[in-house]
Amino acid sequence: MTFPEIAWVQLTPVIIMLGAAAIGVLVEAFAPRTSRRPIQMFLTFAALIAAFVMVVINAGTFEVIMDGAMAVDGPALFLQGSILLIGMVAALLISERTIDPSGDAFAARASAMPGSLDERQFTARGYFQTEVWPLFMFSVGGMLVFVAANDLLVMFVALEIMSLPLYLLAGMARRRRLLSQEAALKYFVLGAFSSAFFLFGTALLYGYSGTVSFTGIQAHITAQPQMLGLLLAGIAFLVVGLLFKVSAVPFHAWAPDVYQGSPTPITAFMAAAVKVAAFGAMLRVMYVALGGAVWDWRPVFWVIAALTFFVGSIIALAQTDIKRMLAYSSIAHAGFLLLGVASVSREALAATMFYLVTYGLATVGAFGLISLVRNESGEATSLDAWRGIGKKSPAVAGAFSLFLLSFAGIPLTAGFVGKFSIFASAAAAGSVWLVFLAVLASAIAAFFYVRVIVVMYFSEPTEKTADVVMPSWATTGAIVVGVAVTIALGVFPQPVLDLAMSANIFVH
Amino acid sequence: MDPVAYVILATILFCIGAVGVLVRRNAIVVFMSVEMMLNACNLTFVAFAQMHGNLDGQMIAFFVMIVAAAEVVVGLAIIMTIFRTRRSASIDEPSLLRN
Repeated sequence: MTFPEIAWVQLTPVIIMLGAAAIGVLVEAFAPRTSRRPIQMFLTFAALIAAFVMVVINAGTFEVIMDGAMAVDGPALFLQGSILLIGMVAALLISERTIDPSGDAFAARASAMPGSLDERQFTARGYFQTEVWPLFMFSVGGMLVFVAANDLLVMFVALEIMSLPLYLLAGMARRRRLLSQEAALKYFVLGAFSSAFFLFGTALLYGYSGTVSFTGIQAHITAQPQMLGLLLAGIAFLVVGLLFKVSAVPFHAWAPDVYQGSPTPITAFMAAAVKVAAFGAMLRVMYVALGGAVWDWRPVFWVIAALTFFVGSIIALAQTDIKRMLAYSSIAHAGFLLLGVASVSREALAATMFYLVTYGLATVGAFGLISLVRNESGEATSLDAWRGIGKKSPAVAGAFSLFLLSFAGIPLTAGFVGKFSIFASAAAAGSVWLVFLAVLASAIAAFFYVRVIVVMYFSEPTEKTADVVMPSWATTGAIVVGVAVTIALGVFPQPVLDLAMSANIFVH
Repeated sequence: MDPVAYVILATILFCIGAVGVLVRRNAIVVFMSVEMMLNACNLTFVAFAQMHGNLDGQMIAFFVMIVAAAEVVVGLAIIMTIFRTRRSASIDEPSLLRN
């Protein structure tokens, strides 16, 4: 019996992240309460930076490691780097503790009942829930594995490592705790439901090919196209599981509730990083394992992509809550990204990866801004509270407008370059009519983005208008990164486009 | 042994679990339904392992059990906090979201 050789060097980003998370758990157990927060923050940022450095050092690697269980190639490294960058920016938002007078964005003790004496005492004593950090690190570690998984079992385990901490983090908000707990329950039930679908798809594909490795499934599809029923059913279940994670229509129902209820830094992290990880995994499984069956799954993806960008854009029109509006906007973006997945070409792969980075960093920045607009009960997310914000704080309104314009795909923002390259690659792949529909949906989406800008600038502040709080350098830094990336990649996108183009081949 | 019968049984169990998630209202029952779906997957894996004559499927079943155990921990923690707050484990009742 032979044992797989452990590829220590290629695995270092994952080992660093999950190792730091495990140490974080020990810190929770043994470090004194007052020193936990600095230790956890140091661990998190050190791990994120070290893992990012190792991803950069590994750049150019193109091999299958761990006996075929994981792949280290261009897309894996590019997406791991993006996830770590988004993680760093999101960690800045998580570390913020000046904008809420009673502490950070997380409950003093998530176990204390909302409204109870315990809760008031914990808050009065200034307790902090530092478990947030190890949970966050575990989730990032799971994402790093998720985009590099090269067999369905590793992918399933990575999916769970990524998701389970997020279910908990979603329920830990300091303000509006009932809403937050409800979001956690919804996210958990639907997440577990979707991973069961993913697993059943895995089981059927195992039955079809006798293996769960992507290369094995691919070889089996090309060699013997028998038992087609098993293959198609397996693909269907697997894809349903993945579509749940990227919140594609008709599996999107959880997204608005969870985005609205979760603590805003976690919403930012979830909206950006989970999307990158889930699309990364979807691209690999569809291109590498199921590339031979592309004619079977592509029409379904076309229909789902069209449904997703239309439903997301149209329902967003009716939203009066900024967080829910951004949730529907993220659903619409998932539709555009699905267009990239369905195009199945190297250009489409590069375009999708570019889009994910720009969308992710802009999303974190936008949610960072949302956390600054507050009234006495916490964040003020209703559209009424944003009326005339432009007159109260031109900087916040200006940055938020920039992100909205980027989401809408207005030229000279990164969103335009991303959308343009995805549409171009989809048109090149022959789905011109779908690109036409996507442009139509973008126009509908632009309407509600512009509506927010009009509300911010062209109406007078009322007594309902919320205040804008001055954040510490952490949130400011996250927003500045978002703004800088959105402008820089809008005006001068070529270096990152080139990087994505040079990393657009999956190892088989 | 014919694995087809086991696969059919697993599919029926998976469907019962999926319907349970969609129609039942008690969070604990919904949660049990999800566990049933995972166990249906396990049965499928083991049946196919027998059919293909390799051990991959049996090994995967162990991983799934561990993941399911981790999911129980997280899920029950969330359901417990909600139950303590509201004295109810209905997933319909918490409807502060959606407006």
